[in-house]
Amino acid sequence: MKNDVSIVLCGEAGQGLKTVESVLTAILKQDGYNVFATKEYMSRVRGGVNTTSIRVSSGPVMAYVDKIDLLLSLNPSRTKHLESRTTKETVVIEEQNNMVATGLVCGLFDVELSILNEQVKRHFSAKAEKVVHENLEAAEKGHRKGRELVSSKRIDVDVKKDDKVKGQLLLNGADAVGLGAIAGGCNFISAYPMSPSTGVLVFLSQHARRFGIVTEQAEDEISAMNMALGAWYAGGRALVSTSGGGFALMTEGLSLAGMLELPVVIHLAQRPGPATGLPTRTEQGDLNLVLYAGHGEFPRAIFAPGDIEEAFYLTQNAFNLADKYQVPVFVLTDQYLMDSYYNVAELKTEGLKVEHCFIKTDQDYKRYAPAKNGVSPRGIPGHGEGLICVDSDEHDPEGHITEDLEQRDSLVHKRLKKLDGLIAAALEPELIGGKEYKILVVGWGTTRQMICEALERMGRKDIAFLCFSQVYPLHPKTLQYLNKAQKVIMIENNAASQFAGLIKLQTGFEIKDKINKCNGLAFSVEEIIAGLESII
Amino acid sequence: MDKKDYDPGKIDIAWCPGCGNFGILNALKQALAELEIEPQNLVIVSGIGQAAKIPHYLKCNFFNGLHGRALPPATGIKASNPGLVVIAESGDGDMYGEGGNHFIHTIRRNPDITCFVHNNMVYGLTKGQASPTSQCGFKTPVQVEGVSEMPFNPIAMAIAQDASFVARTYIGNPEHTVEMMKKAIQHRGFALVDIFQPCVSFNKVNTYAWFKENTYFLEETHDPCDRVAAFKRAIETEKLPLGIFYVNPKKTIFEKNLSAYAEDNRPLFQRNPDKEHLLELLTFKKA
Repeated sequence: MKNDVSIVLCGEAGQGLKTVESVLTAILKQDGYNVFATKEYMSRVRGGVNTTSIRVSSGPVMAYVDKIDLLLSLNPSRTKHLESRTTKETVVIEEQNNMVATGLVCGLFDVELSILNEQVKRHFSAKAEKVVHENLEAAEKGHRKGRELVSSKRIDVDVKKDDKVKGQLLLNGADAVGLGAIAGGCNFISAYPMSPSTGVLVFLSQHARRFGIVTEQAEDEISAMNMALGAWYAGGRALVSTSGGGFALMTEGLSLAGMLELPVVIHLAQRPGPATGLPTRTEQGDLNLVLYAGHGEFPRAIFAPGDIEEAFYLTQNAFNLADKYQVPVFVLTDQYLMDSYYNVAELKTEGLKVEHCFIKTDQDYKRYAPAKNGVSPRGIPGHGEGLICVDSDEHDPEGHITEDLEQRDSLVHKRLKKLDGLIAAALEPELIGGKEYKILVVGWGTTRQMICEALERMGRKDIAFLCFSQVYPLHPKTLQYLNKAQKVIMIENNAASQFAGLIKLQTGFEIKDKINKCNGLAFSVEEIIAGLESII
Repeated sequence: MDKKDYDPGKIDIAWCPGCGNFGILNALKQALAELEIEPQNLVIVSGIGQAAKIPHYLKCNFFNGLHGRALPPATGIKASNPGLVVIAESGDGDMYGEGGNHFIHTIRRNPDITCFVHNNMVYGLTKGQASPTSQCGFKTPVQVEGVSEMPFNPIAMAIAQDASFVARTYIGNPEHTVEMMKKAIQHRGFALVDIFQPCVSFNKVNTYAWFKENTYFLEETHDPCDRVAAFKRAIETEKLPLGIFYVNPKKTIFEKNLSAYAEDNRPLFQRNPDKEHLLELLTFKKA
């Protein structure tokens, strides 16, 4: 009997997989099942082969697995794509109607028909009555098929429901970044649509009226970034959201933020490059890009949320950190996180504060007045008697162009001084597992839940996981954690082990054992176990 | 107000003696004074080049950003605090060359900002290469055989894009320049004023005398609401018309149309996220 069932739906683009995914995850959660879903899809609107993986489990599930218990094919010619993930145990069913497929999965888990009906109605609420009726009939037909699957013992299911799950949130990574931005006081987003980051622009646009957010689809990423800087200058709290290629165009503006000492929050959802790469797939390939982007020397901070909860809290935090130190702060995610859903127990908003750091100026205000910690109080135009003068040229404390080379020297050091504050505020990596580890697995960003589940399954007390959700600047205790291990293994969803390189550069510690993946897909739990076992 | 109210005190101006920029600076201060715009409520956004240094030479808030990028931050500023008077000011290379895409799309977007372009048909700060508005045959150390392309026509482009206010002036006539600047600032919506100015150091062709000879004022009978007539005047080449070519007061103004201001007219800096709405949204995500 299976208490953790992995279902994969596959079909062509345009067959409604997205509908199945969103209706099905909502239904299962509402019926009290822990659910996780992620998808991999092609960069096309019709045809090809797309898949959605849904895990239903007795306990919380937050990670992607290779295993497929039930493969539901909306198009029989498309299953070859999944050959490497299917085994003798995989039950393969062809079902061309996506609502029958939805109903079938519900039947498998004996979901109450009323919940199935309610969600189908909700999803098709804008459609004609006839369409709603046809879909309801299809879903009920599917439900009967699902029940038959269980009664005929073709598939054994014993997943326990949990009443607590019913009242939980169901979010994907894009929602979480959007919600975190709102909680961080974001009131401006300028962006150019680019997979896989577009979900955040869509989310904030949908909620713009209610939360008073200026949203603008810019003509290009150069404009998006410069608009966002204008917004911060005038007292807004702006976000740009993009992927690697779009961010490449923003790097000129990033350098401007460095020079003007303007805060800005950049959400970058990574996809495989170089150039256009694989537009709808995932990779952790842009760490070096965000670390070194922008000409000249200026400080920055980079968060890399590991899961949906972290995406919310770190995006919220990014706005305050950017405002406090007047620096660019990155939220570095990827396609895998953007497009993954699971039920989240709670996002706590009580303790979260929006810390506005601008001041009301007086007549003698100087934007770049010397400051011990490098942070000169930031005024905004129209708020007080002072004039707010900022210049992309090297400038004097008033913000006017200067070629006084002594002043240049002191302004460079003033800007770089802010890094001390950023280091002091850096998030400590989380040690998951016992303190008495001999083997330390290191990871960052969205590999988090796969590594956690892999180590849980391996059950070895001598292995711990050091998980970084801030990758720059590094917390000062990083080296201490690394030195304590007899063996350190880095896991990265890229080819060149960029984070291992960063750690070596910053701490001098060389991580020799590495597990990498760069085919455009996220690591599965099984792959991480196999990778670790081959090294240990 | 008096134009002296915009004097910044002791400054070191980087323009060549005789540069048209001095006249433009003077006209700008005059226009601002006549319109009683407080320096604290004014933001001048500029790019890079000799013209883009202008905000350093008068009392105002300014955002002297990147080459070609004056219009996006100007839009961001206006959208974040619609109460500010926002002027984007730069040269022809900055606004029409490096910033060409922003120029096109800011016209479409139509924020209530004013765009003054110092057009001297040459690159001054980089010492005399062709600009997008250099005339055919114009020789420079880079365009050694002379410019072979037709010059960019900002007026025709703006009218083609249905810009809400399109004018041209010449700093050889400071009264006209002040008048055009005032009308542009008072106009609600994106207002372009292309300002002819000579570059005394690097353009020996388009001099004060040349501009005087090759321009004329649009007659009073010209109807700026007639887009086709305006376009016809914009593509004249023999003599270049000066004055208000085209006005479309009916265009939707970008920041007025933002849903962020639908229920709340406070500038963004006075706002905090509504926690109750956030909790409601989180509750909605539970269903």
